[in-house]
Amino acid sequence: MDARRESEPAPMTNRTTVERKSERELVVTRTFNGPARIVFEAWTKPELFKRWWVPKSTGVSLLSCEMDVRVGGKYRLAFGNDASKPMEFFGRYIEVTPHSRLVWTNDESDDGAVTTVTFEEKGGKTLLVMHELYPSKEALDGAIAGMEGGMPETFEQLDELLVTLGASVGRS
Amino acid sequence: MVQYARSRLDASFAALSDVTRRGVLEQLGRADASITNLAEKFRMTLTGMKKHVGVLEQAGLVTTEKVGRVRTCKLGPRRLQEETAWIQRYRQLWDSRFDELDKVVEELKQKETVDGRKKRE
Repeated sequence: MDARRESEPAPMTNRTTVERKSERELVVTRTFNGPARIVFEAWTKPELFKRWWVPKSTGVSLLSCEMDVRVGGKYRLAFGNDASKPMEFFGRYIEVTPHSRLVWTNDESDDGAVTTVTFEEKGGKTLLVMHELYPSKEALDGAIAGMEGGMPETFEQLDELLVTLGASVGRS
Repeated sequence: MVQYARSRLDASFAALSDVTRRGVLEQLGRADASITNLAEKFRMTLTGMKKHVGVLEQAGLVTTEKVGRVRTCKLGPRRLQEETAWIQRYRQLWDSRFDELDKVVEELKQKETVDGRKKRE
């Protein structure tokens, strides 16, 4: 893995990588131009966290954000465009080690992952690694399928294509 | 090349034109399964299910692997393409989050420098 990173040309800006490490794990990495103390602060203070967690490009807004960042403390985030039908994410912090490690659960469903974020400082920069461990392969597959709108929709699109192609073949 | 693409499409459409085969794909989307499992689930004979799986396999929608006496079916390379596309989108989401986080980090760094200067003064 290190070898591959070295063989890549030096990026102008810091790159985000995402990798499905195993059947149950997803890993996201990124380097920040600042000490771990500061990056950690931006992940653990709600007023700072709110400023970056929901970028405009997602098209949704963060309706509320409660974070009690200590071992056993809870968090609850609500997103959406319609305040009466928010999408909620919630769970508990199970490890809080200032400036180096943060672990929380995702309790929206039994298939929720355990998220571990580590902050590793080197020469004034911080390598951030976010690791999501799902309870099973099916849970991670489900998360992927869920975000894609699931298989049935794909089939509907194929069905439509089939009709279109069928029609054009009939004409020729 | 066109010929190849056409026969590939034909194979996919033929594979997807059957309700049982679409059901098998949805089932395999949830979990890998043996031919025996699938036959039971769709209440058909082993031979019947083998035929369906064979059609899906030819279309590249399913792959099978025999371990001992059990043949296990899973979603094929097409499914992998879907996953790659998803990971790409997921990366974009985190990338834009982290671009915003960069700004917050930069601002806090500046603030520390200013505060540090004030303290020293």
